[in-house]
Amino acid sequence: MNLAYAARRFVTLLLTVFFVILVTFFAFRIIPGNPALAILGTEATPEQIQELEAKLGTDLPLGEQFLHWIGGAAAFDFGDSLRYSEPVLDLIGARLPVTFSLALLALAITVLVAVPLGIAAARRRGKALDLIISAVTQIGLAIPSFWSGIVLVLVFGVMLKWFSVSHYVPWSENAWLSLRSLLLPAVALSIPQIAIVVRYLRTTMLEQLHLEYVRTARSKGLRPSTVYYKHVLKNALIPVVTVVGMNFGEILAGSLVIEQVFTLPGLGRLLITAIGNRDYPLVQGLVLLVASIVIFVNFVVDLSYAWLNPKIRLR
Amino acid sequence: MNSGKKITLWIGLTLVALLFVLMAVSLFYVPYGANEMNIAGRLQAPGAAHWLGTDNFGRDILSRIMEGTQTAFSVGFFSVCIGLAGGFLLGAAAGYLGRWADELLMRAVDALMAFPGILLALILVTIFKPSLGQTIIAIGILFIPSFARVIRGGFLQTKEADFVKAARGMGAGHAALIFRHIVPHILSSVIVTASLCFSAAILVEAALSYLGLGVQPPDPSWGRMLNESQAYMSKAPWYALAPGLFITLTVLGFNLLGDGIRDLRDRRA
Repeated sequence: MNLAYAARRFVTLLLTVFFVILVTFFAFRIIPGNPALAILGTEATPEQIQELEAKLGTDLPLGEQFLHWIGGAAAFDFGDSLRYSEPVLDLIGARLPVTFSLALLALAITVLVAVPLGIAAARRRGKALDLIISAVTQIGLAIPSFWSGIVLVLVFGVMLKWFSVSHYVPWSENAWLSLRSLLLPAVALSIPQIAIVVRYLRTTMLEQLHLEYVRTARSKGLRPSTVYYKHVLKNALIPVVTVVGMNFGEILAGSLVIEQVFTLPGLGRLLITAIGNRDYPLVQGLVLLVASIVIFVNFVVDLSYAWLNPKIRLR
Repeated sequence: MNSGKKITLWIGLTLVALLFVLMAVSLFYVPYGANEMNIAGRLQAPGAAHWLGTDNFGRDILSRIMEGTQTAFSVGFFSVCIGLAGGFLLGAAAGYLGRWADELLMRAVDALMAFPGILLALILVTIFKPSLGQTIIAIGILFIPSFARVIRGGFLQTKEADFVKAARGMGAGHAALIFRHIVPHILSSVIVTASLCFSAAILVEAALSYLGLGVQPPDPSWGRMLNESQAYMSKAPWYALAPGLFITLTVLGFNLLGDGIRDLRDRRA
């Protein structure tokens, strides 16, 4: 891999993370009026406000506050939650596995369903199957995943009673039950992602079909299925890996909403509760952490794409 | 294949036009007041009096859906306006000035783009209390990078085109170059982006309102109707269907419209 490319991407990564640190810091400094007052309400006594300001650190000069925030962020110390009086990092750590397994399961479903569908659409381009897949993916892109979640609950939870909804079981307790409790939300989450990957894979496969190596393989007398699966698919999957990786962020963001539908005790519920409670340190820490994870995943995906596809190294 | 691509455009146009008519009608007429409560007639199944049934306060769901089009369309329209205005300033500056201005502005756009959209929107509505206006502003900011990229790309492409060089040679000023020569040329890409952002806006608004952090009562919102419907899922399963269906149809309409316009432009090019 080209070192200069990696270095440039790394600088962008640092800049972006710095931008996120900046946003999360200033966002909670421009709250109209005084954040302590906003949290406590107008009936608070001056002593209470002073105490909370000291706890939040908002009584210090702005520059000093910012240095604190950067220093803390570098050491993964985001302060204590106001509501739970626990370190923000511990609260996040306890809920991260839920959101993470949900996102990974959704990613797995996406790949398992989308790759065969994308291949089928490309192989039968212009035929009925291709048109049906294309119509269905358009609808899949338009359905809000929290609504498909609600419909899944309605059908499989309320009407058929196949799944007990809103009962989360951690992996460590029982892997099978845990998978069951995450399956419906993961399906809801993966629907728009499947649509994206199918459309993308179909396009990249059709692009490959025009290239010379395919003509060579065909004129060599290889069977069409060998050409498709051994040559075209292998090359078409490289950009698809990128799309899937890039969408990890979207899946993570989507799971914040989906957790609300299925009352899963993950980062999303923590964030929404924290916003409702005006628990600013918790909101700040959560946003910084989730955004950083997404940015870091994108960085890794970018590098692996450059490594897989030599053409991009030249840029 | 060509006729197939045109179908995309026509279905999109038809859906958008129908929803637009529904919104226009709702400005003058809804079957019942959207906030008219009737506790005795709560959670009625769809029937002759209430085509889509009633909600937990006995409010007519069809009337609330109809008024919800106003919310959806205003969020879509105004947030796209904000995204377009901000994106035009950034993208035009980067594309027209080039060099360090381009490098600097595009790094900023990259950073904004890398930030997961819904998180940014959530921060904004946390700081300023959630309302229709805040929702529009938060979503509009999300769109600035997309517009900036499209407009910058268009500027870079057309800046050195012969017809722009000719106009410059004939003594056209910066404003004339930008607005009379470059802008008309990139209009179709901007319209495509606007259409796709419009549908994205409706999805984000629905998600925020579903979480209770978007549009607030009494403004009707499809997303919040879904939130309210969840508590009555076994008693009134139809309640959750209509709002989701309308979100999907609206998003589908604008997606198809955007795709259709893009196909049309690509075929001409």
